Amino acid sequence: MSEMLNTLEQTALSEYKYGWVTDIEADEAPPGLNEDIVRFISAKKNEPEWMLEWRLKAYRHWLKMTEPEWANVKYPKIDYQSIKYYSAPKQKVTLNSLDEIDPELRATFEKLGISLDEQKRLSNVAVDAVIDSVSIATTFKKELAELGIIFCSMSEAVQEHPELIKKWLGSVVPMTDNYFSALNSAVFSDGSFCYIPKGVKSPMELSTYFRINAENTGQFERTLIVAEEGSYVSYLEGCTAPMRDENQLHAAVVEIVALDNAEVKYSTVQNWYPGDKDGKGGIYNFVTKRGICAGVNSKISWTQVETGSAVTWKYPSVILKGDNSQGEFYSVAVTNNHQQADTGTKMMHIGKNTRSRIVSKGISAGFSQNSYRGLVQVGKNATNARNFSQCDSLLLGDKCGAHTFPYIEVKNSTAQVEHEATTSKIGEDQIFYCNQRGLDTETAVALIINGFAKEVMNQLPMEFAVEAQKLLAISLEGSVG
Amino acid sequence: MLSIKNLQARIEEKEILKGINLDIKPGEVHAIMGPNGSGKSTLASVLAGRSDYEVTGGSVEFLGKDLLELSPEDRAREGVFLAFQYPIEIPGVSTTNFVKTAVNEIRKYRGEEPMDAVQFLKKMKEKMKLVEIDQSLLSRSLNEGFSGGEKKRNEIFQMAMLEPKFAILDETDSGLDIDALRIVAEGVNKLKSKDNATLVITHYQRLLDYIVPDYVHILYKGRIVKTGGKELALELEEKGYDFIKEEVGEEIESPL
Repeated sequence: MSEMLNTLEQTALSEYKYGWVTDIEADEAPPGLNEDIVRFISAKKNEPEWMLEWRLKAYRHWLKMTEPEWANVKYPKIDYQSIKYYSAPKQKVTLNSLDEIDPELRATFEKLGISLDEQKRLSNVAVDAVIDSVSIATTFKKELAELGIIFCSMSEAVQEHPELIKKWLGSVVPMTDNYFSALNSAVFSDGSFCYIPKGVKSPMELSTYFRINAENTGQFERTLIVAEEGSYVSYLEGCTAPMRDENQLHAAVVEIVALDNAEVKYSTVQNWYPGDKDGKGGIYNFVTKRGICAGVNSKISWTQVETGSAVTWKYPSVILKGDNSQGEFYSVAVTNNHQQADTGTKMMHIGKNTRSRIVSKGISAGFSQNSYRGLVQVGKNATNARNFSQCDSLLLGDKCGAHTFPYIEVKNSTAQVEHEATTSKIGEDQIFYCNQRGLDTETAVALIINGFAKEVMNQLPMEFAVEAQKLLAISLEGSVG
Repeated sequence: MLSIKNLQARIEEKEILKGINLDIKPGEVHAIMGPNGSGKSTLASVLAGRSDYEVTGGSVEFLGKDLLELSPEDRAREGVFLAFQYPIEIPGVSTTNFVKTAVNEIRKYRGEEPMDAVQFLKKMKEKMKLVEIDQSLLSRSLNEGFSGGEKKRNEIFQMAMLEPKFAILDETDSGLDIDALRIVAEGVNKLKSKDNATLVITHYQRLLDYIVPDYVHILYKGRIVKTGGKELALELEEKGYDFIKEEVGEEIESPL
């Protein structure tokens, strides 16, 4: 390793930009988890009896389950009794309009670059802002309602649209699906609900912005998107958290349903606090994301840019049930310092002529471990199913790891499944070439990794793409070239 | 403009440059010729600041500054350009994007505003003509899948865009057919002015038919052993590198 690169290695990492804490009075549950806490959460939200029963059923099932250990990540055992399962910023009255939001909260989101003020809104993006356990505000509700689009917090949906929630909640990710989804089903506190009626194409991006603020609090949000026949929506999700020495748990569930000829595009820029350079603190991000192409010709596309979290365990998947349906997964996962990511996708081909495409780009730096784990499953009736998978890994430095675990299960002989994988390093030659053209090494590394991730970045909506590019560069600042 | 005094450099334990002396003034074209392993490319790398080489003695002054004290990127920003013998590929980064980043980094260093898209495209169009390079090539990933000729033309295109004060062409002629060679050389000639200087490193005389040097230096075993006008290149072509051996009175390995 040359001197130049050694110097780089020593360069201090840039500060996590979103690491501040807002001093907001919170209404919290005591730490620990038992039936009373589940009842407490449900009562806080004024939930109907059926919702409480659903939660309790999930909780009782969770008790019988054990935490999964198959992922290529290591972390100390989580003490589920030391976590607080509910924390809500105290607000005196129910809000009649966005103007009544606590100025501290408003300032928090301003600082994140998310304006809740519709006058200064992000162009053409409706935002649902979730802090700790509750949704603070949803913008553009009225405009969306005129088209019949429902975009609101999950709590509100339980109250206002119980028939839809009863029908679809847990229909894609059953409460018994896995350890973290069961936990989430028991204690989820909020999240976003989005319903696009038949034939409606959402004219704006819908976005949820998650922020963890309170200490020792788990965040368990629940997102449900239902796209009726012939509808379309593009959905964005962003997340940040303060810097804390302790690890915090985030176990979300996202469910997507696409009916006949519907299309849902779901983009995530995940930037939870990754821990400091020695691996202290950071978010444990154990998330279950799954969509079902329930109808014919439907399409679900996941795009994710993962730069945060101390540990990531996440496999956005698509069940391709409808004939001619399509699933896509585009991912850039960046790990630096002591971060660990085990992420990938599952494409389950059930219907005929179903197609899936997987493009995964892993970038590892520092002492981090970055794993792609993917399953392509072709059922016995999935005639002419096709999959293309591409997994590329880029290594920065020689102390990090990149791993690929592709699983392929094919039960129909007409299936075509392709898998390509590459591993490369940023070469000193590339850096020097850039230096010789006047780019400093940081700029050179940013340029090279953005080039590497371009195919995925191109999938992001404009509003996110620029931010995501900067994020990639920041996440790798100070790492080896 | 550039003053090299007794420059010595090594890579790992091997001494390669053993005391180079060279003065280059604005408006001049110098050629360095020499057999393989004589240190030609090392000289280019050391001037550009490649960290694999350790400078063990001597000095290089460039426009009043100690060049060896500057980082590679600052050398570039001060106006040193190296056209690489083997241009590097950067997947996913278009040449346009790369050059735009470079232009603006250099402008920033000089305290100038970044060039806007309109200005940039205008300049790009103008320079593209110079090296007969196609727009579609510039939209592709930098050097990825480019032919040898396209890579070299791309180097000269970048040089045209960055407008260096001092350009080093490191075996730019290698791997070029006669047409590509002509295009590249014409590009270089058009960029020549009374304010900039060029150092052409080459193994063969043929490039110097197109880029006519004011001085030719022969590098042998880490030293400049002979300097002359453009006729020295012809003499070398005619007699081969062996004649250097006689002049220097040393054993010389075969040039190829």
